[in-house]
Formats: sequence, structure tokens, C-alpha cells
Amino acid sequence: MTTATKKIGEGRLLPLTSRLEKLPWWALLIALAAVLIVFSILTSPVYQDAFNFIREGIITTIRVTVIAYGLSLIGGLIVGLGRVSKNVIFYNLATFYVEIVRGIPMLVIILYGAFVVVPIALELINGIGNWLAGIGPLAGLGRIFQQINIQQVDMSGRAIAGLSMGYAAFEAEVFRAGIISIEKGQMEAARSLGMNYFQAMRYVILPQALRRVLPPLGNDLIAMLKDSSLISVLAVRDITQLGKLYRARSFRSFEAYNTMAFLYLSMTLSLSMVVKFLERKMSRER
Amino acid sequence: MSDNPEGIIQINNVFKSFGKIKALQGVSTTVRRGEVLVIIGPSGSGKSTLLRCINMLEHPDSGNIIVDGISVMHKSTDINIVRAEVGIVFQQFNLFPHLTVLENIMLAQRIVRKRPRDESKMIAEQQLKYVGIPEKAEAFPHELSGGQQQRVAIARSLAMNPKIMLFDEPTSALDPEMIKEVLDVMVSLAKGGMTMMVVSHEMGFVRAAAHRILFMDQGRIIEEGTPEEFFENPREERTRAFLSKIL
Repeated sequence: MTTATKKIGEGRLLPLTSRLEKLPWWALLIALAAVLIVFSILTSPVYQDAFNFIREGIITTIRVTVIAYGLSLIGGLIVGLGRVSKNVIFYNLATFYVEIVRGIPMLVIILYGAFVVVPIALELINGIGNWLAGIGPLAGLGRIFQQINIQQVDMSGRAIAGLSMGYAAFEAEVFRAGIISIEKGQMEAARSLGMNYFQAMRYVILPQALRRVLPPLGNDLIAMLKDSSLISVLAVRDITQLGKLYRARSFRSFEAYNTMAFLYLSMTLSLSMVVKFLERKMSRER
Repeated sequence: MSDNPEGIIQINNVFKSFGKIKALQGVSTTVRRGEVLVIIGPSGSGKSTLLRCINMLEHPDSGNIIVDGISVMHKSTDINIVRAEVGIVFQQFNLFPHLTVLENIMLAQRIVRKRPRDESKMIAEQQLKYVGIPEKAEAFPHELSGGQQQRVAIARSLAMNPKIMLFDEPTSALDPEMIKEVLDVMVSLAKGGMTMMVVSHEMGFVRAAAHRILFMDQGRIIEEGTPEEFFENPREERTRAFLSKIL
């Protein structure tokens, strides 16, 4: 009877085959591929050539991703608050935005942002400038607004506009999920102490909700890093665009795309390790 | 009674439904300044709803509620001003889990009462001492027992210097051995002259502090009276049936 209570295999090493099965072979393979590519870049002149050409895109990719991500967080928070708002107008506008944007491919959103939304926004700013120029004390500001024109917004700026527009809808849903996951009693306790809705959100609900949505927000940063490759359609010189150019110039598809994939992978995998660390840290805190 | 000038809370013919459920069906009563009113009744009788209507956590469908001279249901009333004067303690404590005990008690003082940091900290420490756990100031809510959490919740409300305290089944979520420490704080508050409305079936508290008992069933006040007349000599059949179950 005493043996029955003991778990099978307890206290003993598993057989070799099953231990081998449990190894994370996929991670080893990735590591091997990475080592091979790093080795090639260091030794093979062809890979070196490809890497040196594409390298300059890393900064652009990171810059566009970071700025667009920051903007999408701000926009997403505003839209997300609209999604949980009891105000009919605010709620419907926010939901309208989320449903429309999530139903359109990111590539189309980027094109739309770059060639429709940004030009219209600039015309609006010019219009406000014309109006302000007529008002004595604000004439200076008005003239600045009047002088902004489309040439001043380069393609990477338009790409950022498109990407952040698209991702704001996703972040809005993340924030919404975080906010509604907080127990109803928290809002009641805050309100019953005399806080208004926004104070309760700012000091009680959001600090808790943000902590809960850190992992999904991190995953969206990774997703955005990958989707930033779409901005190459605007000829922004990011990793993808330079990789395409390099291939077109040298006809070395294999080296060009391997280098591109390697660069993206090393960024996304390191980021996902950070996210996993965050997740583990938070599950321990709960 | 309803136009009693001493009534700090005047509840007048209040109705409230949740869909098909009629939670309150014409409730009227007046609470005097310094009075301790205990509301009892079977679950679903509308006791909690009545309490939550007083600080507008629930919006009554009709009727009128006047708290310290302010009609809480009136459109031009800033409900936040009323709420700052009416503390409420919930069954589930509802402490803010991301803040320490001290920060829990300071938060509303700072942003609602606009007290400077030092002053709110001092008051928070005083209140924490009053409820008997000054040593827990830097702890987080999840590090406390249920009884301690509920006492922090009471301190958090008291720090706002409310004129009225509402207690919505404050000991129902507690383990039996922790009920007394919370009731002791409530009794001392009652002895100190606080106006209190308490939804609870804790007879220990009723005996020690209640001035008046209100028995509700199906959204109506069935019977009310002082503890003596209420328990010795209940007039209504429904009251007797209920009392025989809980006593």
C-alpha cells in the first residue's frame, strides 16, 4: 500500500529518451541558427556586405516602433476609457473607432494614415492657423500653424501616424479589459469616499489595471515591432526596406532575407523574454 | 417623524427596482443625529439597497432622501460633497490593494479634502490607532487578516470626518474569531456619538449599541422599535418568524 501512494518515477531520474524529449529543442535550433548567422556575418564577406547595408535600418525600425507605440498607448488609453464610459457619445465614438480600425488590415491603415489622415490633419492645422492669424495676440501662433505643410512631415512621420492609429485600437481593448477586470467594489469604495469618476480612475482603478495589462501590452510591443516592417511600403528605410533594396541590388535573396529575419528575431525574442519575466514576477506578486 | 428637524437622514417613500425585482417599495424613515439604527431582515429584503441609496451608490427610482439638509437625488446636488460626509463600510472591505494601509487612509483625505500630506498622515495614524492596529501602517492589505482589513476600512472612512457612518454587513465576510474586534470598534464609535446605520445580524452589537431596530422584508419596513420592545414583544407575525430563525 505504501508504494501506491508514491508517485511513479518519483525520486528516480526519468529514462534518457523521455528526458531528451523534454529538452527545448526549438530554442536550441534558434540559438544554433543565430550562432551560424552571427558567424557568417563575422566571417563571410557576402553576409558582411548584406549586414552593413541593412544595419542602418535597425535604428529606423526601433525609432518608428518606439514612437508609434508610445502614441498608441496614449491614444489607446483615451479610447479605452471611452469604451468603459457611461457617456453615450464618448462610448459610441470609441467603439466606432475600435471596430473600424480592427476590421481593416494594418497595411491599409498605414496607407490610409499616411496619405489621407495626415494630409487632412495638416489642412486642419493650416485652417486653424488662418483663423488664429486674424486674432491679434495669437497671430504668431497662427503664422506657425499656417506655415506647416506636407513637405515637413516625412514618410517615417506618416508611417508613425498610421501605425499608432492602428495599434491605438488594440491597446484600447487591452486597457478596457484591464479596467473591467478590477472588482466593482474598488470604484464604489473610491466614489463613496467622495472622489469623482476621474479621480477614482486615476488613483484607484488605473494603477491596478495597468499592472494587470503589462504582459499583453508587452506582447503588443512585439507585435508592433514586427508590423513596423509594413512601413516599407512607404519607402521608409527600415530593416525590411533596406533588405529589399539589398536584394534588388545584389540578387542575393538568401543572405538578404536571412539577415533581415535574424535582426527581427533577435529583437522580438529578447523582448518576449522581458515580457515572460514580467509575467512571472506578477504571478508571484498575486 | 419625517419633518423632524433633528433628522440627519430623512428617507421619504423611496422606490427602487432592479429589472423585475422590486428592491424597495416605499420606504420611509428618519435617523436622528447620534442615533444608531440597525436594519435586519432576510436576504433580498432591500436592507443593503436602502443603505446604498443614501450615498447614491444606487439611484432610487422615486421618493426623496435628504442627508444633513441636502437632497441627494436632486439634479443640482454634487453627490461627491455628500459622499465625503457619509462613510460606508462594505462587506468585502474594498481596500485599495496597490496602496499601503497608511496610503489607503490618506488618499481621499488628500484628493477630496485637499489636506496637506503631513496632516493627512497624522490623521491616518490617529485613526489607525483608534481601530487598534497602528503597527500595520506600512503593510499592504493582502498582508492583513480580514478583521484587520475591515478595521482599516473603518479608519479610512473615519479619516474623512464623516457625519454619518453606514455599515453594510461589515462582519459577514469575516471568520468568527475576527468578528469581535470589528464590533468593538463599531461599539466604541456608537458610544462616541456617531450617527450610524448598520445592516447586520450581530446581536452582540445590537445589544451593546443599537437605539432602534428596523425590520425589513420584501422591500418594505415591516416593524421598528427600540431593541427592548422589538425583541421582547414583536408585533408582526413576520418579525416573530424571522427572529425565531436568527436568535
